[in-house]
Amino acid sequence: MSILEVKNIQKSFDKTEVLKDISFTLEKGEVLSIIGSSGSGKTTLLRCLNFLETTDSGRIIVDNDILFDGNNKMTDEKIRENRLNFGLVFQNFNLFPQYTVLENLTLAPTLLKKADNVTIKNQALEIIKKVGLEDKVDFYPCQLSGGQQQRVAIARALMLSPKILCFDEPTSALDPELTGEVLRVIRELRDGNTTMIIVTHEMNFAKNVSDKVIFMADGIIEECGSPEELFENPKSLRLKEFLSSSLKD
Amino acid sequence: MSFLEVTAFLFDGFKISLLIFAVTLLCGAPLGLPIAFCSMSRFKPVKAISKVIVWIVRGIPLMLQIFIIYYVPGLLFNYQLFGQIDRYMYIEYGIMDMGRIVAVLIAFSINYACYFSEIYRGGIESISKGQYEAGYVLGLTKSQIFRKIILKQVIQRIVPPMSNEIITLIKDTALANCIMVCEIIKNAKELAATKAMIWPLFFTGVFYLIFVGLLTILLGKAEKKLSYFRS
Ligand SMILES: Nc1ncnc2c1ncn2[C@@H]1O[C@H](COP(=O)(O)OP(=O)(O)O)[C@@H](O)[C@H]1O
Ligand SMILES: [Mg+2]
Repeated sequence: MSILEVKNIQKSFDKTEVLKDISFTLEKGEVLSIIGSSGSGKTTLLRCLNFLETTDSGRIIVDNDILFDGNNKMTDEKIRENRLNFGLVFQNFNLFPQYTVLENLTLAPTLLKKADNVTIKNQALEIIKKVGLEDKVDFYPCQLSGGQQQRVAIARALMLSPKILCFDEPTSALDPELTGEVLRVIRELRDGNTTMIIVTHEMNFAKNVSDKVIFMADGIIEECGSPEELFENPKSLRLKEFLSSSLKD
Repeated sequence: MSFLEVTAFLFDGFKISLLIFAVTLLCGAPLGLPIAFCSMSRFKPVKAISKVIVWIVRGIPLMLQIFIIYYVPGLLFNYQLFGQIDRYMYIEYGIMDMGRIVAVLIAFSINYACYFSEIYRGGIESISKGQYEAGYVLGLTKSQIFRKIILKQVIQRIVPPMSNEIITLIKDTALANCIMVCEIIKNAKELAATKAMIWPLFFTGVFYLIFVGLLTILLGKAEKKLSYFRS
């Protein structure tokens, strides 16, 4: 039984079809990487899964629970409930600048009354330790490097224990020397069996960390399979071209 | 008249200036908020109406707006509303100029509310979409996001432009003397006319300067207090 089933989802902005007919499944504990050139619809796909965009049609099923079935009229309450199945880590972190690292983590669980404040705080401290920032607990985001900020963003998403954690190019806004610390955290999450969907331009990372890779082009899944299949034996011409161009830089 | 007597007489006027300042802030600052939300409304008619109001209020001189508020009840309904208040308050309580002051307070509050609304709007619109989205993906409601995430960042950003408006406001109170409200400059002009003393008119500047100095320190402190984060 798959933890996530995406069936034939479509999304248009005005007249441009951005997602044409996307279907895939993801098993519990698996890591799915999504690669593809810019403008192919990767971000839009993650935003649809996280209900930041309203999908036009198709189905989104998590744990046999139909979150979305093409009926666009969901109440705000239902949308919020659906969102909690997913976590999303943004390219540019989007930490809350007026809160410390600790407060960034505790804000949402406290407002959602997930547990009492002491429990939430202890959980936060534990997760902060997991991402290696125990000495930055009381720092504000502006006092942290990009890599540290992104690790806080990951920790913040983990606080709500989402079933599926999504990353939208988590290292694209970082200086090259800071990507390693973020990728290391993601690798550790994989070793802890976190189910993840990672949109990335780091081909080597995708090759090493994923159970499954999707190559998107122009709003469709052009190719899908194991990392070996896609990276060693690409079938479609577009994927071959994409891989050779991304190897150059 | 001695220097102390002149100072006391001018200070009586300055109390009226301070009253106009305080009431305008107390009424105008909250009133600006609904106007700002209307200007950002997705409902086109509401947005259009609020934009037109802001355009008119910011587009014509405040002095003219004081005249309009003061004279319009008499012209439209043949009822000198503010004159009647003046008379009533004087006869019943011995308070001078109350009707005129109310007219000035209405004009000032509306005028400043419109200026404040534009500052609020600019502040709210300057917060990146990502802040809202980060809140959404954490399962928060729109109102939680606004109160717990957006508001403080907006306040940090609007303190400097608000400070400018607030400092302008105390100087604008002098406009009240266009309908003979006895604020400080009106009192100084009275001394010039009745006692042939011109120096008190210039001396009024000292009152403004001291008050603006205090405001500058206070608002600077607020700005500093909010500068612990960078958004
Ligand atoms: N809110 C939007 N309104 C209109 N077009 C959009 C919007 N968001 C994305 N698009 C368009 O959708 C296409 C896919 O964008 P995106 O999902 O961001 O691609 P990727 O993340 O793969 O670079 C692009 O052509 C982009 O211009
Ligand atoms: Mg993208």
